[in-house]
Amino acid sequence: MTALLAVDLPYWAQSLLRVLGGTVAVLLPAGTIVYLFLFKMMSFMQSRLGPMEAGPYGSMQLFAEVGKWLQKEDIAPERADIRVFRAAPLVVLMSTFLLVAVVPFGPDAYFTDFEAGVFYMLAVSSISTLGILMAGWSSANKYSLLGGLRAAGQLIAYELPMVLAVIGVVIQAGSMNLQTIVIKQNSDSIFGWDGLGYPYILTQFVAFLVFMIAVQAELTQTPFDMPIAESELVSGYMTEYSGFRFLIFFIAEFATAGVFAFIASVLFLGGWGVPFAWFGWDDINSVDNWMNFGGPLIMFTKMMVLTGIIMWVRFSYPRFREDQLQRFAWKVLIPVSLVNIMITAIFKVAF
Amino acid sequence: MTDLADRQKLSYIAAQAADARLNVELETEGMTLNLGPQHPATHGTLRIIVRLDGEQVIWAEPSAGYMHRGYEKLTEVRTFPQVTTLVNRIDWLGSFANEVPFILAAEKLMEIEAPPRAQWIRTILFELSRIANVSLFLGDLGVQLGAITPVFMAFRDREYVLNLIESATGGRFHPNFDRIGGLKDDLPEGWITETKQVMKKLRNFCDEIENLLFGNEIFQSRLRGIGVIPAEVAKQYGLSGANLRASGVDWDLRRDQALPLAYDKIDFKVWTHPDGDSFARCWIRLQETREATKIVDQLLDGIPSGPVMAKVPRIIKVPEGEAWVSTENPLGEMGYYVVSKGDLGPFRVKIRSASFNNISIVPWVLRGVYVPDVISILASLYFILGDIDR
Repeated sequence: MTALLAVDLPYWAQSLLRVLGGTVAVLLPAGTIVYLFLFKMMSFMQSRLGPMEAGPYGSMQLFAEVGKWLQKEDIAPERADIRVFRAAPLVVLMSTFLLVAVVPFGPDAYFTDFEAGVFYMLAVSSISTLGILMAGWSSANKYSLLGGLRAAGQLIAYELPMVLAVIGVVIQAGSMNLQTIVIKQNSDSIFGWDGLGYPYILTQFVAFLVFMIAVQAELTQTPFDMPIAESELVSGYMTEYSGFRFLIFFIAEFATAGVFAFIASVLFLGGWGVPFAWFGWDDINSVDNWMNFGGPLIMFTKMMVLTGIIMWVRFSYPRFREDQLQRFAWKVLIPVSLVNIMITAIFKVAF
Repeated sequence: MTDLADRQKLSYIAAQAADARLNVELETEGMTLNLGPQHPATHGTLRIIVRLDGEQVIWAEPSAGYMHRGYEKLTEVRTFPQVTTLVNRIDWLGSFANEVPFILAAEKLMEIEAPPRAQWIRTILFELSRIANVSLFLGDLGVQLGAITPVFMAFRDREYVLNLIESATGGRFHPNFDRIGGLKDDLPEGWITETKQVMKKLRNFCDEIENLLFGNEIFQSRLRGIGVIPAEVAKQYGLSGANLRASGVDWDLRRDQALPLAYDKIDFKVWTHPDGDSFARCWIRLQETREATKIVDQLLDGIPSGPVMAKVPRIIKVPEGEAWVSTENPLGEMGYYVVSKGDLGPFRVKIRSASFNNISIVPWVLRGVYVPDVISILASLYFILGDIDR
């Protein structure tokens, strides 16, 4: 951040910039995903128009919705565990902010350059499970309880294939630092040809698929949406929430989708970078400063493509039953990703 | 068949064992969950009380009556022509089909018969209301299982059928078109060609739903082998309609009884399925929607000319007697037992509606299943609240 502005900022200014950047990095993807995919793409798929009144093509609809939610009364059930009930959405949103802190958006545009970035990312993504479990338990509602328990079982089951899928990338890059993984992908070459860099999706395609399926489950999007399951459990762990607490859950859901898509593009699609050979850069130090502005845009584009796929699946598929979902995680995804790790390791040693 | 019944029995034994275990060993308690009266899966105010061990159902009981409107009693203070307005509201998705058996019962008592053209138009509208009813089921099925897109397709294509019904009868949902001795009006001009085009669209819709839902692996894994009802049990509980045919019982009132309707003039297939599971019930309904479009096409080709109203006195007094007429409605067998004492209105009407009998199997079929299967089984049994509570 400091190099971006080419001046030495005091600590408070840096912190302020980071807070602003973090808020933008969480809210902007969430808003864009909700408008483009949830409002417009879904309407297109279902032969209807979607919001058309607020702003051109309903583009201001989101502000109307947020305004509506902010005006609503903040209701808590009488027998709810009030403190836990109130804290739960914030815990879920906190997990999103903690996740975004480790994502690099440019050569200098990152919040933290963290050596064990992958490890940290996988750790903090589980915090949302805690928040969901808190929401489910404290709501004093049987549907919420069932939803919370389902969420806990599901998220823990899909954490594992996600970790195992990422290990393939970590082995290939030889680093757990997300920034290093990005640079490796953009500076390496395929058999001497460096026109495309070396995005890991080419070698780690299986890991990419497993990762995206696990992300779908972590986000509780449709084939895996039993924690919410509106036709069974009314709204699962969110049933009793209203007003801005529901809004926070809502933002967290879509912001987390955006952040996971950021992480997937960092791990598999080359992150913020363009292939360094295009501009004759040798390493991270020779990367031009404008990449600090271009990088976030590239990341945003990749994020939109990946969330587009996530949402496409969400709008098309019916949902699993939770025993089928567990079976899928333990009997298909985990063996596949274990085999992937083994093959990656063999190739890593051999070449 | 026996294999599936065994599986049902095994799951019941497993549920009993789980119950015993939780009482004796773990000293945990079960949870009683009220599905409804307000619940997104019951499309109305049906309440199902389920006793859960974790997510497994130990015991389930439907509790109907939250929307009881007393139509049987209300008919006693209405004249015969006024009753159709009431019975329209029983199965509100296929309203015209509710009128037909009542009018037929009244005609049977008066010993008159509608002219052939009226009979054919009645049959066409009957099948159109079947399509309007079941096409919504096909879309709603997706929503119950978490796929939100098919329901919009169902609403889109159902609209064509509703427009047809509206242009012929004047009412989209509640036509109130059937009269004792015939129909209120003849068909409007150009209705026949338009209907043929719509039937083509509806067949496309069926193909679309078949590709989108029935071919989906998740959909199949959610419905196959779930909620199996063997033929014997289905008969004992008095199931009718697609629920019964899905258990392999070849029983269809359109074909099996002689009524003054045009079903004997055309040929159509009665679909049955040997499995008796949720998938079979949904599949039967899909095939029946297709079959109904073909029936309508055939009827449109052979529609006779002539009047649509028989000679009926202006003030209708039905002679003393009792009559029972039932037809194969979209949801199953629907019948009216009409008792007349020679007055302007019926003395007593007993309505046998399909859904009320169809949900009587809920306690049997829900034992030992999981909560998500409760929803898919209820969806596949397909009831309409107006048809349960009347």
